[in-house]
Amino acid sequence: MSKEPVAVVGIGQTKHVAARRDVSIAGLVREAALSALTDAELTWADIDAVVIGKAPDFFEGVMMPELYLADALGAVGKPMLRVHTAGSVGGSTALVAANLVAARVHGTVLTLAFEKQSESNAMWGLSLPIPFQQPLLAGAGGFFAPHVRAYMRRSGAPDTVGSLVAYKDRRNALKNPYAHLHEHDITLEKVQASPMLWDPIRYSETCPSSDGACAMILTDRAGAARAPRPPAWMLGGAMRSEPTLFAGKDAVSPQAGKDCAADVYRQAGVTDPRRDIDAVEMYVPFSWYEPMWLENLGFADEGEGWKLTEAGVTELDGDLPVNMSGGVLSTNPIGASGMIRFAEAALQVRGQAGEHQVERAGKVLGHAYGGGSQFFAMWLVGARPPQS
Amino acid sequence: MTREESSGVRDIAVVAFAQTDVLRTTDDVSEVEMLMPVLHSVLDRTGLKTADIGFTCSGSSDYLAGRAFSFTLALDGVGAWPPVSESHVEMDGAWALYEAWTKLLTGDADTALVYSYGKSSPGSLRDVLTRQLDPYYVAPLWPDSVALAALQAQALIDAGATDENALAAIGARSRQDATANSHAQSRGPVPQGDYVVRPLRTGDCPPIGDAAAAVILAAGERARQLCERPAWIRGIDHRIEAHALGVRDLTDSPSARLAAEKAGAFERPVDTAELHAPFSAQEVVLRTALKLGDDVRVNPSGGALAANPMMAAGLIRIGEAAARIHRGESDRALAHATSGPCLQQNLVAVLEGEPR
Repeated sequence: MSKEPVAVVGIGQTKHVAARRDVSIAGLVREAALSALTDAELTWADIDAVVIGKAPDFFEGVMMPELYLADALGAVGKPMLRVHTAGSVGGSTALVAANLVAARVHGTVLTLAFEKQSESNAMWGLSLPIPFQQPLLAGAGGFFAPHVRAYMRRSGAPDTVGSLVAYKDRRNALKNPYAHLHEHDITLEKVQASPMLWDPIRYSETCPSSDGACAMILTDRAGAARAPRPPAWMLGGAMRSEPTLFAGKDAVSPQAGKDCAADVYRQAGVTDPRRDIDAVEMYVPFSWYEPMWLENLGFADEGEGWKLTEAGVTELDGDLPVNMSGGVLSTNPIGASGMIRFAEAALQVRGQAGEHQVERAGKVLGHAYGGGSQFFAMWLVGARPPQS
Repeated sequence: MTREESSGVRDIAVVAFAQTDVLRTTDDVSEVEMLMPVLHSVLDRTGLKTADIGFTCSGSSDYLAGRAFSFTLALDGVGAWPPVSESHVEMDGAWALYEAWTKLLTGDADTALVYSYGKSSPGSLRDVLTRQLDPYYVAPLWPDSVALAALQAQALIDAGATDENALAAIGARSRQDATANSHAQSRGPVPQGDYVVRPLRTGDCPPIGDAAAAVILAAGERARQLCERPAWIRGIDHRIEAHALGVRDLTDSPSARLAAEKAGAFERPVDTAELHAPFSAQEVVLRTALKLGDDVRVNPSGGALAANPMMAAGLIRIGEAAARIHRGESDRALAHATSGPCLQQNLVAVLEGEPR
């Protein structure tokens, strides 16, 4: 059966920083939403529904904050949905909003994701003192470091690859005015000399904690026809989940990630992602996840992802740029991070990414993951509408 | 939004429903252990296995569990291997069902498993719910959920819309009806009791309980294969109001009325209504907003005054309404779910069985 094509016609972000003490949570989300509306040249009255996402409520200490945010987001009298799928939530939220348009339930939907980590303490929010369950120990890095080790052992990657990713992403962030970290004096040597946090993950190979929000306006074919600027078209979108921990789990390259990518590629008619896709905004909270996800997403054969990174293929001027915006390594308002990937992918195909624009970005993948590498959300956007 | 208004192509129905008993404490089971039997039960009713399900969506709240990402382990109970197409809302399961309904409308899936659960017993629910209020201006004052509901009840009494005796009768009727519902928590004669927060007495307030519930949705022919008399979703819509109580008329529920209108509830009369009205006075508000006449059977399950498990109570309303259609006890039913203080957010679904 036919689905309505979904177009991104408005994108807004806040300037991401460690602490936005000048605005409330409501002020923060409204800033991103207004920016997206301005981009789309629409008003609150044009919005039929609001879909909002963020990672756990404990990060701000507000239970179900969408209730309190209804006024700030112009949702009064409208449907408002609140999505929560751990770190992948920003991507999932965009996909839930896209489904409302694809199903022809609504014509134009505002979707937004945020995190205001300065309101609380994320390390506490991630600590799960539950008996008989595996503790995450010292935050997410402690959970993911062993999986990075497993990847290095399995692929034979030299231990220099992680720092290359961090050095690249932090340089890319200098071209993105919204990025949190702007390290003007960054050098590869500085990344390599930074303290070891969770061996093999160094301080400079780790994402920051940010306050920030990202919003998008999604609309149908008629809405896209009225858009003042070129829309980004959704060519495919999917979510996949698998259990947290079980004997058969491959934590280095989870099956759910492979299946999710395969579903997106099938919808978009992509048969060779390395050839058909021009750039990727990938969820890389720790630098080593770039080579790991390059393999998981089918851009490289198993064990070969690090070679693309090492050869400069993923640089901004490389053959397959990854995280042109600076990525999660430079900006991490957790609940928003997935949506920023999706939005940055859309910016690229709209030709509106400014200094970090990739030339001829016809098809760009936005990718998010969460939980114990168990929740995946992805979309592929293109400069031209889907053909069917 | 009604189905005819939207895609006009796919009929989607509730084909199975299961719930746990609602209990004041469930110290002996984890959330996953509470959920597992319900998942098995709802799948058994259709003969489906996890791998047959096209889309899975759940609703819950980290704040009840007292820890971040509490839903991630609940997914283990689903048996999500091979990986599943799955999503989660930090809302009552009724909204998870809404997300699943839109997913089926796109044609990406033919069946959906929807579940939700909540354990209120580990904490003090009245305190916990204060954390969902405006975090800067209201939450620091810790106004609790019963106090806020009492403001609404008093506003209704002041407006001449009800009185304490009428409210007491709502509680008594609900618990009397609940005697036929083995899952309900407060059943039979329950004393109206002392004031909790004036004008609300014990009998005007819901019991605090833990529970899980699950529903299976299916589209078109698939629904007919899985269920003898599917409960077709003729329309479903939800709307939210302003958060601040000071800018709302607490004696009315414009969001419930609008959701009902968009769901097509007013196009033809319903014979049954399952309302998520945790406090007796809220039934008064909803009956008016939803234009329910005296001939409509309201809350034959006993409703939220007999069992109000957070995050599942709304999904249970849809499940109870659907089950009545499955059993042939209703032909057209309205199901309602609410969230937020004093009915801030409301969802309405209209379910129909095929003519017999």
